[in-house]
Amino acid sequence: MAKKKAIRDAYGEALVKFGKDNKDIVVLDADVAGSTKSGLFGAEYPERFFNVGIAEADMVSMAGGLSTTGKIPFVNTFASFLMLRGADPIRSSICYSNLNVKLAGAYAGLSDAYDGATHHALEDITFMRSMPNMTVISVCDPIETEKAVKAAIDLEGPVYLRLSRADMSYIYDEDYEFELGKGVTLSEGNDVTIMATGYMVHKALEAKEILKEKGIDARVVNIHTIKPIDKDLIIKCAEETGAIVTAEEHNIHGGFGGAVSEVLVENKPVPQEFVAVNDSFTESGDYEDLLDKYGLQARHIVDKVEKVLKRK
Amino acid sequence: MVKKKKQELIQLSNKFRQRLVEQLHAIQTGHPGGSLSATEIITTLYYHTMNVSADKVDCENRDRFILSKGHAAPMLYLALAEKGYFPQEEIATLRQMDSILQGHPCKTSTPGVELSTGPLGLGLSAGIGMAMGERLSGRDTTVYVLLGDGEIQEGIVWEAAMTGAKFKVDNCIAIIDNNGVQLDGTTNEIMPMGSISEKWEAFGWNVIEIDGHDVEQIASALDEAKNTKGVPTVINAKTVKGKGISFMEGESMWHGKPISEEEYKQAMAELRSE
Repeated sequence: MAKKKAIRDAYGEALVKFGKDNKDIVVLDADVAGSTKSGLFGAEYPERFFNVGIAEADMVSMAGGLSTTGKIPFVNTFASFLMLRGADPIRSSICYSNLNVKLAGAYAGLSDAYDGATHHALEDITFMRSMPNMTVISVCDPIETEKAVKAAIDLEGPVYLRLSRADMSYIYDEDYEFELGKGVTLSEGNDVTIMATGYMVHKALEAKEILKEKGIDARVVNIHTIKPIDKDLIIKCAEETGAIVTAEEHNIHGGFGGAVSEVLVENKPVPQEFVAVNDSFTESGDYEDLLDKYGLQARHIVDKVEKVLKRK
Repeated sequence: MVKKKKQELIQLSNKFRQRLVEQLHAIQTGHPGGSLSATEIITTLYYHTMNVSADKVDCENRDRFILSKGHAAPMLYLALAEKGYFPQEEIATLRQMDSILQGHPCKTSTPGVELSTGPLGLGLSAGIGMAMGERLSGRDTTVYVLLGDGEIQEGIVWEAAMTGAKFKVDNCIAIIDNNGVQLDGTTNEIMPMGSISEKWEAFGWNVIEIDGHDVEQIASALDEAKNTKGVPTVINAKTVKGKGISFMEGESMWHGKPISEEEYKQAMAELRSE
């Protein structure tokens, strides 16, 4: 079995690593530091770690204040609470004032599986990408997580980092050059492009193998930066393969698939199918079982590929 | 406070009130009531207490002011213009297209505005964050946050109150413009607050009660707050909504109502006679 690592561990370790030399980095959490792994930073640099209690809006607004003094605050809680409880200061303080705050949404998608629908985050991409000035990043493996943390530190302005509770195998090695705003073609193919983000990148790679057996040559692209999205790559894939399937651990409305279709309809309209949660609330259960029930496994991607090819 | 300074602050406050009435009358939009109750507080902060200068807008050692009750923006703009942050002529563009003066404070539009505000309740958390950042950086600066008494009905304010006490953020000073009136009526009608001072005390804050229209009391309370270490301070400033204009005083309808020609004449006559 391939080596795996929990994304939250990779994230927490990245904070510790980059916080060592960059003293401007400060970290906030709202009583879930043990879960988000921001507590790793807190253990190393307690003077730069603030646990504000169960008060997400306060935490986000505080981070805005901290950023105006030259600090680089990383704000941590579950993605669901960050987006919902933090929405007001995220919009009115952080984004409107264009503040240098990094919002780390832990446990995005269905990854907090057993906690159920209240703790699943399936609307965060929609919300975050509709905020002016916001950069939205969604990671697919432990290496990409570390590189994304570094990119967020280096970028001046608000960033949303979409993280996961899940263990993920390594897609990349240490040499991976992460470039904000640039998608990565993981596997070439000519019949169709599967564009995926986050954990769904793994499912897309799995789907490619199943499709190969069916004689379908699928291209697999990882889109880690959902905003600003890699327009050129999307147009290129549409031109070269003529059909797109998007895959995201998110509600079907307004998320990653929506971002891709916005580019397609304006530039190079080709058939597109969406692999996403079909506008429903979810439930408690085993993570992989949930992904299956809500249409987010490799077999669902295969179905959508076959469907889109008929429309080509 | 020397007599000369006191006279200066009183005269400036009166001048700001007149300009406010002129301007809001001219544009037929904006919030007179909450600007008039905050006049002396904002004037004293900018012309007595705070270490700020328009020549050094981004100076590292400057004090910060956050107008958490963002609807009092016109009064903040008048103080900033008088300080020289932007030309006085800009005041006439308030709330109009392409203006640097938005309906509520906008950090990226207006020199001297430290944080965008408007949706009530967000300023104190941000002020505490700013103060903690300044402290971490070893700078001896103070952050002042002006809240409305209606505004503190927002739950996030009490989250911030807990945070301020936990982290002993004594370089963030909250001031409550306690004018007793909110948009829909008096605070007693809409959401009775009980004892505001006791509430803050219960949250671990040092509380100072003053008359929020007395510049000497404001100045000395701000000094006392600055010298209080180890706990954050809140100044509960009793004020009158619409202060200085008889028919506006204590009337919730003047939270945000256009000023008619007749009302304008009367208001200006009252202010000029002071």
